[in-house]
Amino acid sequence: MQVLLKGKLGGAKAPPQIFREQIAVFRRSGYVFLWGLVLHMKDIMKSLYNIRLLDELAEKQTVVHSIHPLAKLLTTMIYLIVVVSFGKYEVAGLLPLIFYPVIIIALAEIPLLPILKRMLLVAPFALGIGAFNPIFDNATMFVLGGFRLSGGWVSFFSITIKLFLALMGTLTLIVTTGMDRLAAALRMLRVPRIFVLQLLLTYRYISLLMEEVARTMQAYSLRAPFHHGVQPGVWGSLAGNLFLRTLQRAQSVYQAMVQRGFIGEYNTGYDSRMTINDTLYLCGWVVFFLTVRFYNIPVFIGSLVTGVGK
Amino acid sequence: MIHHIIEVKNLHYIYPDERKALNSVSFRIVHGDSVGIVGANGAGKTTLLMLLAGAFFPSQGEVIVGGVPVVKKNLPLIRQKIGMLFQNPDDQLFMTTVYDDVAFGPRNYKLDGQEVEKRVSQALAMVGIEHLQNRAPYKLSGGEKRAAAIATILSMTPDILVMDEPSAALDPRSRRGLITLLNGFAHTKIIASHDLDLVFELCDRTIVLKDGEVISDGPTATILTDMALIEQSGLEAPLSLQNCPVCRARKESL
Repeated sequence: MQVLLKGKLGGAKAPPQIFREQIAVFRRSGYVFLWGLVLHMKDIMKSLYNIRLLDELAEKQTVVHSIHPLAKLLTTMIYLIVVVSFGKYEVAGLLPLIFYPVIIIALAEIPLLPILKRMLLVAPFALGIGAFNPIFDNATMFVLGGFRLSGGWVSFFSITIKLFLALMGTLTLIVTTGMDRLAAALRMLRVPRIFVLQLLLTYRYISLLMEEVARTMQAYSLRAPFHHGVQPGVWGSLAGNLFLRTLQRAQSVYQAMVQRGFIGEYNTGYDSRMTINDTLYLCGWVVFFLTVRFYNIPVFIGSLVTGVGK
Repeated sequence: MIHHIIEVKNLHYIYPDERKALNSVSFRIVHGDSVGIVGANGAGKTTLLMLLAGAFFPSQGEVIVGGVPVVKKNLPLIRQKIGMLFQNPDDQLFMTTVYDDVAFGPRNYKLDGQEVEKRVSQALAMVGIEHLQNRAPYKLSGGEKRAAAIATILSMTPDILVMDEPSAALDPRSRRGLITLLNGFAHTKIIASHDLDLVFELCDRTIVLKDGEVISDGPTATILTDMALIEQSGLEAPLSLQNCPVCRARKESL
């Protein structure tokens, strides 16, 4: 075969210059296309993986995962209320609240990195909300070793810490409870069925949409090797096609649900009552949150330490 | 055993875009029958299965399952009798774990926790995937997904299994496993497929559809060896009945 190829190609005249250039362009664009395809697919599949990671973490079997979802939901709600109830210049008083997500993450064996990554996604919002505080509110609040700290900077730190705590609290609730059990807890709180169903189906259909996007992008990239990204001329048909395919997929899933007796109530199978342990979990955290809210623990510890020092 | 009988009487179905999918289809399937529905693409197989399971309603004619007409008000009852396996198992598996997916049906029928658990364990054992119960469905292989999808309908303890292309996208070994599994079920089975070898092995009776009409209905061995009929319906003889691809020797059975 090798000999045959040599005989056929080696003996033939080299291709003209114009063809050689075309071959080179084709080869280069081939690499670019493959790299582009890999990047596209990587991004979409990564997002899909990220969504599914939350579900996987929620299926772990730890002490925190075994707590009743209603207890966890109420704890998180009270936690969020306490976090946002602090004044705009409050920084030190907020700090002990970090113990809640940290302890939960440690006990639930949740990897910290994925949680932190998700928080970074929302970080620009916090910066956006608080970014102008240091400019408009420049009255000096503290003087630390000759360095003047304005009220704007203090409120900016306060907003950032509040957002960080609120996100940590919410994410730990999701990764230790799972969307299905969370929905069961919402129903126990008498949240209307339609809202809970909307939440659950949206969460389910996001992954369907992303799967379809990944397939469509793959099909597009394979037939458009010279394009970097989707060309504006095909945006309309691509988006329309994607919408219709997702709709069809969603209808098939809905049909499968209906075939198995689904009549609008999403039964997660979680209808057990709260036990003493669940109540203790809730009460314990509420006592901690209220203590942090009404006693400035860092200042108290500080005065204790300086008192001992004196 | 009236609850296992399916009667299809003069069934017509026209899609909203005016495309005629089924035209005057009639047949009767009795308890324990295993019936193959074959035909080329667009012959109306999937539409027929959807009508049997009450996913669509006929433009004319009627479907009666176990003496109960398939109409909107009877759907909860019909869906307990008929378990429908979709062509794409990804459409059928939507919960976070295989266990929750298999339990979805029984929970919708408000069965108590112990009964749900019993049914799920039985269904998983029947298809041999107990070890996958805590896995996420999207992490399963094609064969495992198909088995999980079958378990989701078995947990509803249906009398009749309706399957749309059950061997689609399965590798040869998974396909063989599926045939063995389905052969072990005593349910009434209706299988729409292009896989004529699967139909040959699983079904005693075959209904041939062409352009939405029944062009033949009879014993599988007779139908699938009638080359003129197979040709007319736009299909090819099952591989097991074709000549040897190496030496071209004819099968003895022919």
